[in-house]
Amino acid sequence: MDLNIKPAETYRGDYTFRNSGDAILRFPFPFPDDNYMYSVNIEPHVRGGETVAFQATFDLDEHYVGDMADRAITLADDPLRCQVLPHMAEAEWDTLELLMESLAHDYPQHFSLTKTGDEWHWVNRPLNIDQHFTFGKAETLPYGPFEYITRQVQGDFSLQDQRENMLYMDGGMVTSQADWSLNFDVGMSFTEWHGPVPLAHEMGVFDRALQYLLRLQLGKPVRRLNWTLTANPRLDTSPENYPAWGPEKASITAENVGERLCLRVELQTLTRLPRSNAILFGIRGYLIRLEELARVRKWAVRMHRVIRNLNPQIAEYKGMTRYRQFIIDYLAPFDDGRVLNQGIAAEQSSL
Amino acid sequence: MMLLLTNIETLTPALKKFTFTAPDAAPLPHAGAGVHVVVEIPGPSRKWKNAYSLVSSPESTASYQIIVRRVEKSRGGSAWLHDHAKQGDLLEVGMPQNLFAPPRRAPRHLLLSAGIGLTPFLSYMHVPGLAFELHHCCKVEDAGAFRALLPQAGNITLHTSRATLDLHALLSRQKLDTHISICGPEAFMDFVLATAAQLGWPAAKIHKESFGGATGGKPFVAHLRRSNLTLNVGEEESLLDAMEAAGLNPPCLCRGGACGECKVALLEGVADHHDHFLSPAERAANNAIMICVSRAQTPELVLDF
Repeated sequence: MDLNIKPAETYRGDYTFRNSGDAILRFPFPFPDDNYMYSVNIEPHVRGGETVAFQATFDLDEHYVGDMADRAITLADDPLRCQVLPHMAEAEWDTLELLMESLAHDYPQHFSLTKTGDEWHWVNRPLNIDQHFTFGKAETLPYGPFEYITRQVQGDFSLQDQRENMLYMDGGMVTSQADWSLNFDVGMSFTEWHGPVPLAHEMGVFDRALQYLLRLQLGKPVRRLNWTLTANPRLDTSPENYPAWGPEKASITAENVGERLCLRVELQTLTRLPRSNAILFGIRGYLIRLEELARVRKWAVRMHRVIRNLNPQIAEYKGMTRYRQFIIDYLAPFDDGRVLNQGIAAEQSSL
Repeated sequence: MMLLLTNIETLTPALKKFTFTAPDAAPLPHAGAGVHVVVEIPGPSRKWKNAYSLVSSPESTASYQIIVRRVEKSRGGSAWLHDHAKQGDLLEVGMPQNLFAPPRRAPRHLLLSAGIGLTPFLSYMHVPGLAFELHHCCKVEDAGAFRALLPQAGNITLHTSRATLDLHALLSRQKLDTHISICGPEAFMDFVLATAAQLGWPAAKIHKESFGGATGGKPFVAHLRRSNLTLNVGEEESLLDAMEAAGLNPPCLCRGGACGECKVALLEGVADHHDHFLSPAERAANNAIMICVSRAQTPELVLDF
């Protein structure tokens, strides 16, 4: 697949992050309808669909190098953003193999993997990495196998062990999260780590999703989109660093909402891992400034309606109470009452 | 995926080992410890789908191996594999699925098997660093074959009589962090579970796998309300078999009453539950049935399908 990678931009401080026109058009917009409510919106993760982001097993985009640089900054500051419990060693190697094979297959111009028995050779051209190592021997890599490979793939990842009819978050690489903490959640059960989400428990969403995931089959990964809002294009919106980004939420005004407020979409993928029987949960985050998103008319109109109609408890949980009205006012001029097609496609090929 | 049967090895008159590879010798998907595959077996009048544990190493992507016991009163599948399958046959083999992964958090594993129930543990032995003690029970005449499958090691014991396996003593001397995995005939697993319960063993520290449970039984009639079909379920077939034979494609995975995938709402009649999935409360409610193994106490059932 085509992939033109930009030089690194920043996700903190001066926030130089911008989306190119191509990046805007390939954005995985999360709202197929004018109203949003929690649901078990899981579908097979097969190539194709309404956004280019669904074309690869693990989607990379123009922000690859910048994303990886920001991850390295966050890890240097707080190594506990990557943790894997000791019984997950096989799942670490499963992850490394899956990610290397996927990247080499989907982006052969940037990545290559050569296997001679257990002697592997990995080349990552955008990050200037050329690594010979022995599969199964962690001491032949500069980091543990899970950390090694997730330092080279956009998006957060967590590892779920399956036992006693439950999933446990027993590992992860989490540096671009929507205000949750791996260090707090590691070892928790599926029910426990979803504890703070409103409404969905009562709707039975989590019970059904858990039963579905316990039966997730090898070779049949699934995906869903999730979303929230973030003040400034910041990847590290962690509870640990709330003092750094929390005050920025208060800086959103009616005047700067279009430039500063970002829709943050997670393309979540769930893949059964072969040796360990664990589940790899990929949380691939995408950021888009409201003014960038509004260049796609359908999305501007739909976003206006979704935010306007949103259940207050969900609005509170997603942390937008302070600036919700600014968003509605900013997008209202785009919404001429037109009827929109169902689905998330941009329905325009240029901006 | 369609796989080529490349080797058949007779272990005993009742046990054969089958080796499958991809027809183009391409690597097969990795299959971790405890996985099974569903093999489609072509019979003269109908097709069987049987689940078998892979006994090959999880790192082996060149071939998959299964061991099949010829069931005396066979539903047909194992008899066909024993009597008719030959090298060069192409058979449909499903993707590996795992309903019996070793709980890797446990520092120590006590593996208890009987008869063909040894098969999942043959793959467990390949898990790097798995600290285990295995006790396998089998008939005297099968001991040689099983001994040949097992490495000579102090942590592996073969029993040809219940008398040499003092389960009470074995369970009593385990440390608190030991996890028990069991696989074998129902009576064997019930015996282990009862002994463990008597000793106060927590349920979360035991897991079991059973395939090829009682799928046969008294014939009954199943009315499928939404499909507007009436099926006669014979004594040698399961409700799932009968539905598939009628051209239906109900969701299913393990075909052994363990995974829960094939649960169907029961509208009328009383189910005869043989699964390991529904809780006692769900069974008492009598409003769902696992169609892969469960049957009917009443002459007829009405299902929401």
